[in-house]
Amino acid sequence: MKNFNGQVLFLDRADINTDEIIPAKYLTEITKAALKPFLLEDLKLNSFSVEDIPGKSIIITRENFGCGSSREHAPWALEVNDINLVIAENFARIFKQNMFNCGMMAIELNKEKIDEIFKTFTGTETYIKTDFSKGCFEIKSSEATMEIDFTVSEFDKSLVEAGGWINFADKNY
Amino acid sequence: MGKTIAEKIFDTHKIDNPSGDINVIKLDAVFCHEITTPVAINDLSERGMNRVFDPDKIKAVIDHVTPSKDSKTAEQAKIMRDWARNQGIKDFFDVGQNGVCHALFPEKGFVRPGYTIIMGDSHTCTHGAFGAFAAGVGTTDLEVGILKGVCAFHYPETMKIEITGALQKNVFAKDIILSIIGKIGVNGATNKVMEFTGPVVDRMTMEERMTLCNMAIEAGGTSGVCYPDGTTVDYLWDFIKDDYSSKEEAFEDFSKWHSDPDAVYSRVITHDISKLKPMMTVGYKPDEVQEVNGNEKIMVDQIYIGSCTNGRIEDLREAASVLKNHKINSEVRGILSPATPAVYKQAMKEGLIEIFMDAGFCVTNPTCGACLGMSNGVLASGEVCASTTNRNFNGRMGKGGMVHLMSPAVAAATSIAGYITTPEEL
Repeated sequence: MKNFNGQVLFLDRADINTDEIIPAKYLTEITKAALKPFLLEDLKLNSFSVEDIPGKSIIITRENFGCGSSREHAPWALEVNDINLVIAENFARIFKQNMFNCGMMAIELNKEKIDEIFKTFTGTETYIKTDFSKGCFEIKSSEATMEIDFTVSEFDKSLVEAGGWINFADKNY
Repeated sequence: MGKTIAEKIFDTHKIDNPSGDINVIKLDAVFCHEITTPVAINDLSERGMNRVFDPDKIKAVIDHVTPSKDSKTAEQAKIMRDWARNQGIKDFFDVGQNGVCHALFPEKGFVRPGYTIIMGDSHTCTHGAFGAFAAGVGTTDLEVGILKGVCAFHYPETMKIEITGALQKNVFAKDIILSIIGKIGVNGATNKVMEFTGPVVDRMTMEERMTLCNMAIEAGGTSGVCYPDGTTVDYLWDFIKDDYSSKEEAFEDFSKWHSDPDAVYSRVITHDISKLKPMMTVGYKPDEVQEVNGNEKIMVDQIYIGSCTNGRIEDLREAASVLKNHKINSEVRGILSPATPAVYKQAMKEGLIEIFMDAGFCVTNPTCGACLGMSNGVLASGEVCASTTNRNFNGRMGKGGMVHLMSPAVAAATSIAGYITTPEEL
């Protein structure tokens, strides 16, 4: 199973699309590793610069993350930057499926919870420790700590445990 | 309790229910292009699973960057070409026969009512115009589709959009779908099938229905879908005439894919388009739409007519009818990319290509290139494009560029004026 612990990158905007996560001009790459320098290159967000990415392992953002193109290059660009977990109010369908298909996680929390997290932790060095089997994580800065439960469907759980959809499908179909 | 068309399709294709409402369904077709497929091909090869579930059900095309523009795109094309040859995929479309996948594959008769289709491309929802369940997926889903002929989805919830009224002059399917996305938002149909019904859809051609379904994904929709009817039968007749004794029989058969009157929907919207005017997007999201009006002159640098949304023959006819006997503004450049070779040839026969060229347009080969800023019309930073495509995301057609989405008629009028305007206001 992949690593779901580490420091948080906050992206305080709704509707971040996959063109912003990885622009189409890089889709000519045929290795995942080649995508690494271009993650979030075209993101339109004042509070963010690409220099914020190194050292971060988890993204927390608003609603409809990953909308637009179906490109799995979006989760791959995250993965090769050691980001395996995105937490948001909700996700575009294809992006969310792509995350779990790669054995990564896309966790949905309600708006109030996301608001509270942004209010409490924005601007601080924030870390998350995930307990996958219990379905909860601890989010922590030097000033505050919260324990948060999350729900992942049985199917998505089995994909994470199997290391992705290919392994699961190859075994079952 | 009645069923929606999407539920009927799922119920006839379901092979497993691993947990919850997850349905693993068998696929009638897997479509492939050179941007999202090569990684799947290479991965299958590395896993020692270099095979396909059924070469006749896989349709492949090189369309995003074609002919190849550099070594990397040439490599992607070569991977597709070699794979199609080695796997015995007969329906493979290379330079000379290739076109934009979502225009080409319907034209070839590969989409039928009741079909389940996936492709590593978000605009796969287009094919729902034929009464199919067609969804964009990522490369992993595509890879499993290629290998096993199956894909997993949540059991479909459906949003019904009943389109009523009569269209005004110079208002098209593009304006209707832009107005719907503006109404429900870019997250308005996430995880839902968008079922387009009502008298306006009944009167639409297949090309118009494809434009409508094409942009379902811009509202987050899993697939667009229209009921298959006499128009669908007429469009497909050359491909199905051996299967049915008459068009009436085909129509009768297709009717089993209509939603039941007592089907349950997660949301029902009635959308009256009687007062709808030509629409355009502003900003960087497809739900930021407004009427085209002369209040502020939005100057443009480039006009692009083409794509899986609006690169079909009817789109070219609409644009050419505006352009006829006009020259495009000297401050702009116009690019036309007919979506398929058949569209290109038909446009030549009808004299449309001559109208575009006399007006000052550059006519490119069929390709997706410019729509996603990959080739054949990439914007420079600060440039503005009036485009008949489907996404106005920041940087979509080139880093720092601005895209306004609109119908081919408005794009044509804009090319003449040099600023965004309607044919009526020219």
